[in-house]
Amino acid sequence: MFRRIASANAEMVMIEVDGVPVTARRGESVAAALLASGLSIARETPVGGVPRTPYCMMGVCFDCLVTIDGIGSRQGCLVSVEDGMRVSIQKGRRALA
Amino acid sequence: MSAAPEIEHVDILVIGAGPAGLAAAASTASAGLTTLLVDENASPGGQIYRRITRSPFVDAAILGDDYWEGRPLVADFEASGAAFCGETQVWSLDATRRVGMSHKGRSRFVQAERVIIATGAQERPFPIPGWTLPGVMSVGAAQTVLKASALVPDGRLVIAGQGPLIWLYAAQHLRAGGTIEAILDTTPRANYLAALPLLPQFIGSRYALKGARLMREVARKTRIVRHVDALRAEGEDRVSAIRYRVGKKESRIETDILLLHQGVIPHVNLAMAAGVAHRWDERQACFAPVLDPFGQSAIDGIAIAGDGAGIGGAEAAAERGRLAAWAAIKALRPQVEDKVPPVEEILKALAGAEKGRAFLDRLFLPRKQFRVPVEDDTIVCRCEEVTAGAIRQAIKIGAAGPNQLKAYLRCGMGPCQGRLCGLTVTELIAAERAISQDETGYYRLRMPVKPITLGELAAIEPDARAVSAVVRE
Repeated sequence: MFRRIASANAEMVMIEVDGVPVTARRGESVAAALLASGLSIARETPVGGVPRTPYCMMGVCFDCLVTIDGIGSRQGCLVSVEDGMRVSIQKGRRALA
Repeated sequence: MSAAPEIEHVDILVIGAGPAGLAAAASTASAGLTTLLVDENASPGGQIYRRITRSPFVDAAILGDDYWEGRPLVADFEASGAAFCGETQVWSLDATRRVGMSHKGRSRFVQAERVIIATGAQERPFPIPGWTLPGVMSVGAAQTVLKASALVPDGRLVIAGQGPLIWLYAAQHLRAGGTIEAILDTTPRANYLAALPLLPQFIGSRYALKGARLMREVARKTRIVRHVDALRAEGEDRVSAIRYRVGKKESRIETDILLLHQGVIPHVNLAMAAGVAHRWDERQACFAPVLDPFGQSAIDGIAIAGDGAGIGGAEAAAERGRLAAWAAIKALRPQVEDKVPPVEEILKALAGAEKGRAFLDRLFLPRKQFRVPVEDDTIVCRCEEVTAGAIRQAIKIGAAGPNQLKAYLRCGMGPCQGRLCGLTVTELIAAERAISQDETGYYRLRMPVKPITLGELAAIEPDARAVSAVVRE
């Protein structure tokens, strides 16, 4: 959905999105990395199962909810990427373990 | 049993590291008060100066001078001796000023003598049909990823709405090498007339020249459609077009990304949940906290500074931060009062910074139909997927206010806790029932104001008070 423009701070880290390796810029948020990944990143809502992508990018809308390193429903726009982070896109309701 | 640890204690806790929080924390720390500044983001700056200390940009001109004006604020803060804790979410604040906060999955409590809430603004909800489709975002969102990650929308871009941010973002986007299919300006004709009497005062303000320059810069390269009366985002699994109407003429533009914006409003969740009274502000069409001239709420030791106290812009926010800090210093360290800038100076600077704001408020007051959806299929509560039609139906059968609506429809009960529907719901109920917004009220907000896991709550080491509450000697 987004593309990167030339920048000085080019230190990259690797994260995994549903098993797919994705390069991200150190210090950026998980949600920003997803927007720039070129992958299909829409989650599916627990209520209607409809697709959503991040809307506000400032911690307000909760449409960027993702599972990060096994913990569900984190606000992707408020978590900085870290090398080796595993992100998965949430589809529908969470199953109770 | 072993003694429980004492809870961490600070003189001043400032929540939010935008201009208000930075200025407040720098002032109180400089006066010798122990000061902790916390923010949800990793580095200070807030939304307006997002990531200013670690900007990815080589070319400073892309973001413009106003952005880099944040540097001295951050420098003053860093020199002041105040502590900063980023990636921290405050999830609870009560009248005793015991503050629950989460950092990297661990929570703790901090006890503060004074709390300055500087949680700023959020964008006003813009409920049009299709605003939940993937590819539809707020202008603020696009600007955030531009500032923080140097990202620009990929593909065709349409921007719709009104307000200064649209022109600033459009200029930044064009400077970054982007293109814009069209800007659909929703500023109503009537607003230009209504704002006219305030024009002389605005002309002399800092906004006038800058605003005119930005609009010219954007208009040279972009198609601008003015006086847009209706908007509808179309698409199946993602946005593919925006349909709009000017008068009776309907048109449609295909697009890959649609950015929406119609101004900003105070982000009320933390202050309301803490019990700070809020009143409807007719001029800015939003709820704003009831405060004294120094930003103090009726709750002892809790102040609000910056746009969270009512929209005033970055410069006014910093002055309001200094004002709240002045009141805190006066209360806690009256002996050093003469070492801080006199309050008259701060008040004068604040008046200067607020000049021209009334004109902007009048000119950019969004039209009713963009605040209260006309079409019944428009989603109001994004989390629980509740439409305007369902809400109107619930009101017809007896739902009297926002809180009763929760029981009818779960409206406002999703993860965002009403942040993106609260204002719309209040205005919708007020319109349907022909009562005022104050009489309608707002959602009753409760802690935790940010979601934390039960495991995280349970893992907090209990302090003496918590232990004595449950342990019998």
